[in-house]
Amino acid sequence: MQDITKPRDANDVAEAIASAAANEKRMELIGRGTKREIGRSTQTDATLDLSSLSGITLYEPEELVLSARAATPIAEIERALEENKQELAFEPMDYGPLLNKTPGEGTVGGAVAAGLSGPRRIKAGAARDFMLGVSAVSGRGEIFKAGGRVVKNVTGYDLPRLLAGSWGTLAAMTDITLKVLPRAEDCATVLVSGLSDIRANEAMSAAMGSSCEVSAAAHLPQWPADRIPELNAPGKAITALRLEGIAQSVAYRKQKLEELLRPFGELGSLDANRSRAFWKSTRDVAPFAGRTERPVWKISTTPALAPGIAAGISTSAGARYYFDWAGGLLWLEMPSDKTQEGAVRTALAGRGHATLIRASAAARASAEVFEPLDPVRAAISRRLKASFDPQGVLNPGRIYAEA
Amino acid sequence: MVAMPTPDNSVLERREKIVAALREIVPGEGVIANDVAMRPYESDGLTAYRQLPMVVVLPETTAQVSKILHYCYAEGVKVVPRGAGTSLSGGALPLADGVLLGLGKFNKVLEIDYANRAVVAQPGVTNLGTTKAVEGKGFYYAPDPSSQIACSIGGNVAENSGGVHCLKYGLTTHNVLGVEMVLMTGEVVRFGGKHLDAEGYDFLSLIIGSEGLLGVVTEVTVRILKKPETARALLVGFPTSEAAGDCVAKIIGAGIIPGGMEMMDKPAIHAAEAFVNAGYPLDVEALLIVELDGPEAECSHLMESVSAIAKDCGAVTLRVSNSEEERLKFWAGRKAAFPAVGRISPDYYCMDGTIPRAKLPLVLSKMREFSEKYGLQVANVFHAGDGNLHPLILYDANKEGELQRAEDFGNDILRLCVEVGGVLTGEHGVGVEKRDLMPTMFNQTDLDQQLRVKCAFDDKGLLNPGKVFPQLHRCAEMGRMHVHAGKTAFPDLPRF
Repeated sequence: MQDITKPRDANDVAEAIASAAANEKRMELIGRGTKREIGRSTQTDATLDLSSLSGITLYEPEELVLSARAATPIAEIERALEENKQELAFEPMDYGPLLNKTPGEGTVGGAVAAGLSGPRRIKAGAARDFMLGVSAVSGRGEIFKAGGRVVKNVTGYDLPRLLAGSWGTLAAMTDITLKVLPRAEDCATVLVSGLSDIRANEAMSAAMGSSCEVSAAAHLPQWPADRIPELNAPGKAITALRLEGIAQSVAYRKQKLEELLRPFGELGSLDANRSRAFWKSTRDVAPFAGRTERPVWKISTTPALAPGIAAGISTSAGARYYFDWAGGLLWLEMPSDKTQEGAVRTALAGRGHATLIRASAAARASAEVFEPLDPVRAAISRRLKASFDPQGVLNPGRIYAEA
Repeated sequence: MVAMPTPDNSVLERREKIVAALREIVPGEGVIANDVAMRPYESDGLTAYRQLPMVVVLPETTAQVSKILHYCYAEGVKVVPRGAGTSLSGGALPLADGVLLGLGKFNKVLEIDYANRAVVAQPGVTNLGTTKAVEGKGFYYAPDPSSQIACSIGGNVAENSGGVHCLKYGLTTHNVLGVEMVLMTGEVVRFGGKHLDAEGYDFLSLIIGSEGLLGVVTEVTVRILKKPETARALLVGFPTSEAAGDCVAKIIGAGIIPGGMEMMDKPAIHAAEAFVNAGYPLDVEALLIVELDGPEAECSHLMESVSAIAKDCGAVTLRVSNSEEERLKFWAGRKAAFPAVGRISPDYYCMDGTIPRAKLPLVLSKMREFSEKYGLQVANVFHAGDGNLHPLILYDANKEGELQRAEDFGNDILRLCVEVGGVLTGEHGVGVEKRDLMPTMFNQTDLDQQLRVKCAFDDKGLLNPGKVFPQLHRCAEMGRMHVHAGKTAFPDLPRF
């Protein structure tokens, strides 16, 4: 059985990593282990269980800042924020439902390391956009800090943002400082039904290019739309646009957005409560939950290109799909246990990036999970990895074979 | 004064050869080698520092930039990139033994893509030029540093520029989608594009704000936004800066994120009013400009909430803009604050620390003590919403020792910012100016990790050396890992 080390604090983490480096051991970093099945299959000698590094250490609502130890549950942070009518504006998604695990178990460190963002990504930004500061242990076993606790800071390289989305391959984060924002008082969703993918893309583009301040835009073809109970409109594709803010403003913008979208198709709407439920389902990829044997891909691309890419993969591989981020985010579920990597990468043709989010260990071992890089970027990625972790102690091979 | 690296004689001796090689790459007037013609490049916005470069080169294509860097890499010649030269921290200060690489000829907007709300521009396009390219259709580029008429998008990327609206709309790093960049080796690489997030490591996060130390950006893709329907401003005077600070905290505590929220202290108010007659009250200690934008219904509702909070915090004057003209007038004084201070003092030194907002009264009172200690006046303008403080230290460079006193005063302020939990620079960059203060914020391990990242991009340390980092080490030394052999593994950790 694999060696498990459970450090109590940052000094323990530094000692454990330094020791692993000295003994040429490779470590798998885990918080609460909710995303262990994402990424390339890797061989490690030991597990560094960071789950004891938990708890909010600073929260000043009027300064819009919150610091927490890396393995603090997101749910705990969201509860504290909610008491002050604030939120994590990047709306971190929860992979629990998609991976058939208990929902709501993830940690803040995991959310940041995996770069999780939800539907509000297009308006508020990604997880990394809220990273103000970090304390972490490099693969050398050295504790370093970067950034700070203030919103505006250009002192030194932006390592906190870099660590977001690095999947624990550069450093083990021990303390994270995030910018938080007020939670919108009200929200509503405008629905357009029956649109083709291309027409829906145009509708979302028109909405995003208006002054309605749309905070989320998704298009679900009929099959996935039928699997979101809040929609209650079986048999139709649904295009959904969310508005958030103070009540007067939401009401005004809703009217304006409806005027803009009327020429596209039949309109409907969701009130605040149904909106929240709908966007949570969309965020957590509820339409593809459950069937864990079927690979799920996540594609980030130029919004206007998405319908063509989806059609390509659907034709060649029989995938089901839906669009978030006004088209820029494409979720695809494959019809069998085959990843169909060739079909996905051929259709995307380098115009963005595709990540295999759900697949068996065997499938992940035979596919490139992350978008392959050109030689220049691959080389600089290796050098960057080595600048933090020269001996490849931390999650080696989780993203790329050499990183 | 901060010292720059000693020029390398072996490079200076080869100057003729280097100039000739650069002329091979960039023909005609694109290479400038005589002192008179190089004079405009000797300094940037931090004018206390001046140095003629060895040679200036002004390429026009990415291929030329690639060849220049490839040549300099092979020959071991240092390179300093320069955008519009508006840096306030000396980021584009030339080196006597270095090539100054000016991106001024990269001045075209390459693509406007309304469907995907993106603009692709060359780095020499000005910040305002980006907005101008799309404003006909009601769009704009959100970051708006006060130098936006002159400063370039490439420079904004290098410095991660902010502006008065970044509390709500973010900094450069939140608004850039992709870059094309040339590495010191001459390799051309693209990070990002019109899609969101990165494949693998997020290099954009590193490059934005890297102060020209990691690569030379040759193309930038930014996101554009639709202009808000309306914008209105409030002008609020307070009897104390504490009351004004309290008001800022309460506005944010009430869940309101204004488009802009700026504070000025009495000396800044008086200087600005004398310069532009913005109608500022002169008998208050602190003035707050709060701008709210969005639909009319939202603006008027929030206007009422903010007014009520301001009155509650003891505001003594309160005016709401009733027209676009009046709103712009409220801003005119704030936007002209730097030149206004320039009128009342032969020279001024602009600082750029950020503090947790709650520490403002403490920092201002300490600043008054420093002001007495150094015998120099200070005026403060403050991006109040995000805690970014711009003290303007008034001095006269022609008076013996005043520049040094101004610098010492400034350093004391920045150390104080760090002490209260803030940082050395909010938006102007470290550059030359704050380089030697880096150890007040970072220990050697922190700095070493940053230097190792630098080495991953520039293993010979040729790109903009002497900036940001107080000590230069060879990358080979930085890469070594000292392992304490024989140490037992995890001696006192719980095991399972």
